[in-house]
Amino acid sequence: MSTLTAKDFASDQDVKWCPGCGDYSILKQVQSILPETGLKPEEIVFVSGIGCSSRFPYYMNTYGMHSIHGRAATIATGLKMTRPELSVWIITGDGDGLSIGGNHTIHLLRRNLDVQVLLFNNEIYGLTKGQYSPTSEFGKKTKSSPYGTIDHPINPIALALGAQGTFVARTIDRDPQHLRYILREAVNHSGTSFVEIYQNCNVFNDGAFNAFSDKNQKAETTINLIKGEPLIFGTNRDKGIRLDGCRPEIVPLDGSYSPDDLWIHDPSDLNKAWMLANFFEMPGSESFFPRPFGIFYQTSRPTYEYLVNHQLNLAKSKSTDASISKLIAGNITWVVE
Amino acid sequence: MGDIQTVEKATILFAGDSGDGIQLAGTQFSLTTALLGNDLSTFPDYPAEIRAPAGTIAGVSGFKINFGSTEIFTPGGEVDTLVVMNAAALKKNLSTLKKGGLIIANSNGFDKKNLELAGLAPHQNPLSDGSLYGYKLIEVECTRLTREVLKDTGLSTREIDRSRNMFMLGLVYWLYTRDLQPTIEFFNKKFANQPSVAEANIKALKAGYNFGETIEETAVRFQIRKAQLPPGHYRSITGNEALALGLVAAAQKASLKLFYSSYPITPASDILHLLAGYKAFDVITFQAEDEIAAIGAAIGASYGGNLAVTGTSGPGMALKTEAIGLAIMLELPLVIINVQRGGPSTGLPTKTEQADLFQAIHGRNGESPLIVMAASTPANCFQMAYMASKLAIEHMTPVILLSDGYLANGAEPWLIPDYHLLEKITPRFATAERDATYMPYARNADLVRSWAIPGTPGLMHRVGGLEKEDITGTVSYDPENHQKMVHIRREKILKVADYLPKAEIEEGDQQGDLLIIGWGSTYGAIKVATQNLRKKGLKVAQLHLNYIYPLQKNLCDIVHNFSEILIPELNMGQLAYILKSELGIKPYELHKVKGQPFLAKEIEEKALQILSCNKKTCTHQV
Ligand code: SF4
Repeated sequence: MSTLTAKDFASDQDVKWCPGCGDYSILKQVQSILPETGLKPEEIVFVSGIGCSSRFPYYMNTYGMHSIHGRAATIATGLKMTRPELSVWIITGDGDGLSIGGNHTIHLLRRNLDVQVLLFNNEIYGLTKGQYSPTSEFGKKTKSSPYGTIDHPINPIALALGAQGTFVARTIDRDPQHLRYILREAVNHSGTSFVEIYQNCNVFNDGAFNAFSDKNQKAETTINLIKGEPLIFGTNRDKGIRLDGCRPEIVPLDGSYSPDDLWIHDPSDLNKAWMLANFFEMPGSESFFPRPFGIFYQTSRPTYEYLVNHQLNLAKSKSTDASISKLIAGNITWVVE
Repeated sequence: MGDIQTVEKATILFAGDSGDGIQLAGTQFSLTTALLGNDLSTFPDYPAEIRAPAGTIAGVSGFKINFGSTEIFTPGGEVDTLVVMNAAALKKNLSTLKKGGLIIANSNGFDKKNLELAGLAPHQNPLSDGSLYGYKLIEVECTRLTREVLKDTGLSTREIDRSRNMFMLGLVYWLYTRDLQPTIEFFNKKFANQPSVAEANIKALKAGYNFGETIEETAVRFQIRKAQLPPGHYRSITGNEALALGLVAAAQKASLKLFYSSYPITPASDILHLLAGYKAFDVITFQAEDEIAAIGAAIGASYGGNLAVTGTSGPGMALKTEAIGLAIMLELPLVIINVQRGGPSTGLPTKTEQADLFQAIHGRNGESPLIVMAASTPANCFQMAYMASKLAIEHMTPVILLSDGYLANGAEPWLIPDYHLLEKITPRFATAERDATYMPYARNADLVRSWAIPGTPGLMHRVGGLEKEDITGTVSYDPENHQKMVHIRREKILKVADYLPKAEIEEGDQQGDLLIIGWGSTYGAIKVATQNLRKKGLKVAQLHLNYIYPLQKNLCDIVHNFSEILIPELNMGQLAYILKSELGIKPYELHKVKGQPFLAKEIEEKALQILSCNKKTCTHQV
């Protein structure tokens, strides 16, 4: 068993995020779960794009590449296809992974490479100092939207499900324990683990997720998804969600309904995952459902790198007499004397 | 039955509708001709639209082959024999036929409908209105005869009509005294599971050949003796095939996996198709979601310690630009193949041009030098792909290798190289260090850093697109450091020149009145032009560049031995622009941007004009 500690995974670089940024917590939780994985630092590669979150690899004492905007998924794909034994992590953000790199996120998910995607969602462009992002809420006033945005925000979980992701989860920087739990599950999953992490940008979008992290509100505004458990929430755990056919509804657990009547979380059910993904309204809205945290969906499908290398090995085993000289010569040759 | 006349060389153009199987007929003719020992060069010319309206000029597909008993360097200029399947094919190509040349026409392709599709009135049938006066004409009811021959095969008329090309091919085989056997074997092998299809094609082929025996119109058949080529084993090869093989050979030589990622694009896709079938040679191919992903994946594979290659054409190059810059910063080996086509934008997807040279050398943000090379013939693509891989790996840098549509699809006989005699390729892998901290941007005397791949204990390090501190590789915004790093990256590429073979005069003497400098696929046309000019007693020589950045060191010595220099290019003078500043020369220029390769005579005419130009009055703007 490995005797490494979190420190062994930290580089000697000074961490340069703004004081109080949610990124610190994520960095810390990643460093703290890595010793449990049994992975050695040299077996791990962090690949990032551009944005505040993408400086992450510099702080890890592993292999790492801080690449270009939106393209971390593509680089990770080429790396994992050819070096399947490595543990490859993609660090991205809402701008990097859902705007400029949206296309690659989709194709990474459908191919199902065994990598972890940590998407730091802070609903803002931090590095460029405060423009709205594809996850910013409709009407948000930012430097580039002084009159409020007119862009309908993207729903990252729904996108990941739509792209046939095999592991789709959400967690939040302010809940280290939950974050560690999701990270562990993500590492253990064979296939692309898509983890949306609500991350507070205390400089340009402070409090964007307060409604879901504030101690006084979160019991009412969030719901913790646990496999096999009924969907219960509320300060006194007095509310539940049940399914009326295909329609979810919030019911009181006051005797008229019991936990047995409730929707039992089943992460293998894609239809239910889709419904949960669409619990996407803000508190106060008429159709509000508590925001789910946890694993929405998980299924098993062969990984891309497995399929690639399986084909390769099959071809090699079928033609053990493959000769490069013969390949160069081709099938039809003639001799000039 | 006609007499058999021996000729030194011949040029045939097969033309018909893109659904007529012209490319197959052309490649079969080439193969048979190669097996007979002739030297040859081919040029397929097909429409950009897969389903251009049948029977129209836009839908005409062509395949040109020049073959002979002497060395052949181009697909030829004027055509000796024009084979046309319909009116549109004749209308489009008649101007390329030499005076007195032979037309073999499928007269069933000249009915009212076909004439109309070709934009001709019913009374304008060129086969009968006298407009072909001065040419020889063999009319053959190819459609009807093929149907007749195959009527008992049980195939539908549609299926039968697909064999018309073989009837025509059989007739051309007869005319040029070729052997049917290679094509018969091809069909037997290709349609081993559909013997009826194989049989129909073979029957049509033989019927076409026998038809030749029965016609009286032509008095003459042709025979072309074997070419005097250097002895050895030969095969026929296209540029794209040669690129694919060169990459596999390089990967094997370097004991690396080959990773090739690409997004489908004309005319580069064949490289992907070919490599996808070479899995047994440790070749991983990846059809990416877009051009950017294709190069991104290649960078990832390179970071992982593989020979990584991405291939595309001009528009795809434009998309890859930012990632190429990243590869320059990362100082990782990467081969980027641009099979150029007519531009700008989507341009002329199936036509050839060499107008991406500036893009290759300069088309990135910041000071971003890399190696730029260009292949000159279909077979040369092998050598260039091999060298591009070698230089990328040994100098830890991206390399752009330029090919073009003409090389990609053109074929020629190739003296098969001995794999064992190919130069060594030595990757500079960093090995595990226990005590010392690994310095990712420490360099050797050639300024090349080492390749520390993930998985190696003790070498964990971070790289990225931000400016690096010299040696340590940590992020640095220090002004002095940036200046230093920009210089280092440039010097590193310039030092590659120490490893390039010397430039040599390709044709002609070491000094003279005119030096014709070319690069890329204009090689053959310039070679033939130079030979022809020299036959006239003129002091002309040819220099052809495979390496454009950096340039070979001895270029200066060569160019100054000539009074005048001509640079013909399929662009508006991009190499000329570069050489003017790099070598201080004042060349004449010849620009052609028609989507078509040079004809040797176009270069000859320009050269003659220059040589007869009175220097006192000449302003260098001929
Ligand atoms: S700008 Fe925002 S996201 Fe970026 S480091 Fe600062 S607090 Fe964090």
